Formats: sequence, structure tokens, C-alpha cells
Amino acid sequence: MYATCPECDASIQLTKPIKGEIITCPDCGAELELVSENPLKLALAPKEEEDWGE
Amino acid sequence: MRIAVLYSRARVEEKILFEMLDARGIEYDRIDDRDIAFDLGNPAPWRKYDVVLDRSINFSRALYTLRVLNDWGIPTVNTARVTETCGDKLLTSSVLFRAGVPSPTVQVAFTAESALKTMQEMGFPVILKPVIGSWGRLLSKINDRDSAEAILEHKEVLGSYQHSIFYIQEYIEKPERDIRAFVVGDRTIAAIYRRSEHWITNTARGGEASNCPVTPELDAICVAASRAVGGGITGVDVLEDRERGFLINEVNHTIEFRNSIATTGVDIPNKIIDYALAVGRGEIKNDTNNQ
Repeated sequence: MYATCPECDASIQLTKPIKGEIITCPDCGAELELVSENPLKLALAPKEEEDWGE
Repeated sequence: MRIAVLYSRARVEEKILFEMLDARGIEYDRIDDRDIAFDLGNPAPWRKYDVVLDRSINFSRALYTLRVLNDWGIPTVNTARVTETCGDKLLTSSVLFRAGVPSPTVQVAFTAESALKTMQEMGFPVILKPVIGSWGRLLSKINDRDSAEAILEHKEVLGSYQHSIFYIQEYIEKPERDIRAFVVGDRTIAAIYRRSEHWITNTARGGEASNCPVTPELDAICVAASRAVGGGITGVDVLEDRERGFLINEVNHTIEFRNSIATTGVDIPNKIIDYALAVGRGEIKNDTNNQ
């Protein structure tokens, strides 16, 4: 399965895609989030917010 | 039995949990915290869940979601109360002291002036921590008055109002490591050492994990800390003080365990699922009241 990097238009192969996972584009290094499983869609990952944590 | 897993990002931990839920044939829904819209007067859409497992990294969204669900009587792991307490270092310390769980000295001040005075009385170095935040971010080890003045001014001017809640902790000379213990219910199921030459040892900041034996003494203090915050599934951070022994540094409410399964040989994710299922079946009393 392939999705397109929104930053550099590279075609990125995904195995077992899960909405919400973070992927680094192998071409441009952008941090991407899988925002939709069907259809496969990547967006730039949101910036870490102050109240994030475990 | 139907469960919901609340999450923000599918990290390694969530992928493992999803895989295990699939493998065990457990019915579950994945709920992205960004997609939630509550009608506070209508719990019906959520009534189908026997339990909601919180894996969200967004503290504010998780806390409000759990609070609404608990007010509707829907069991959650962890509860809103545990999440609220653990998400705030000041509240965590307060309940640890109330329960008599050994912890480093903590002082709290609300202005830069009183914070500086407090630090001088405590003696440098001290640790200044934001009350909300995680992964070792924005912690300061303050070695002298000059750096204290600079950091306090920066916090007051550049930070949100919460950065003017000054949580000041004594600096513990730890042996280049601390302990992260995983408590599920009434038992410490596993623990790791987090080793780093830096005083911040979080694995999110490069601390290296190795197995830490769960001695009866470690189990006792970690379970006491977990009970103090309200129980459930917690990640307890423990410092080793040369004279006082174990001291509880922090308690976390959604544990990250990717570095700890192989390290400890303990199936942490399945124990999380087992616990959530037991809460869903009503075998473990899940206090959804606002206590």
C-alpha cells in the first residue's frame, strides 16, 4: 500500500497502516501522520503540545 | 464485552495493544481523541462500552473525556481522578505526602520572588518542574541564585500561567539511574532501571533501559504510591537516595512500555488488557465517583 508525502510528493510504502501512526518520509524527512486508513492519506504531523505526555 | 481504546497517536504501544486485542478476539473500537464530540446529556452512544482504556497522550482531552465518562458511570482505565492527580505533579506530591509515601522534599511557590526565597532556603541545586508536562521536558536543575533568577524570570514572562506555579523539588544525588516501575492493580509487575549520565533519565530523553528486580521493598513503595493516586495502571518513577532509600519521584497514568517488554520479559500489554477486561466485567471496582 502506498501513500503520498504531502511535503515532497514521494510515494511511501506502508505496511499495516493504522490511523494516528507517525511516519518519517524516507525522501524528505518530514514527520507525517496517517490521518486516514481508507483512503490512505498522510498529513504533516502536529507539533508536540505542552500537555502531551504519558 | 466491548471496550474502547482512547488514543491520540498510534505509537508503538498502541499498535501492540491493537494487535493483541485483535489476536485475542476482543471487540473494541479505536477512538481518536480528536474525533470526540460529547453531548453531555446523552450518554447513549457510549453505553455500549463496558470499559474505556485511555491511551491518549493529550492530557486535557483525556482528562475531560474520562471525567464525562465517569460521571455517566462508564468505567475507565484509568479513572478521571487518577489521571487528574498523575497529570499534575503538585497534586501527585500532595497525595503522596498525605499517604505518607516517601518522596523528595517539594516546595511550592506562586511568584518568582517567593520561589527564589524558597530555593535559597532549600539550598542549591534544586529541580524546578512544570506541574503539567511529561517526557522530561522543561525540567530545570538550578545550581545557583543567578540561574534561578534567570529561569524564574523567563518562566514568568514567556510561560503560560501554569509556569508560574513553581514546583521546586530537592535534587537527589542518584546513581546515574532511576527506576520506572509498572504497577497494575495491587502488584508491581515489572521494573526497569533507566540509566543516563544526564540527570534526566527518561527513556524519551535517551535513558537506557535494563531490568530491575522487583524486590518486596520496591513493590511495597510502588503499590503504596499507586494506591495514593487512586490505583489502576501506573508507571511509578523511583529515585534511590543513599540514606533514605527509595523515594517516589512521579507517578504516570498512561504508561509507555516499548522499551520494557523485552527488557523485563513481562508481557506488560497483555496485563494492561487483562486489567481493563477485569474492570469491564466488574471484577475490579472502578471508582467512577468524583472522590
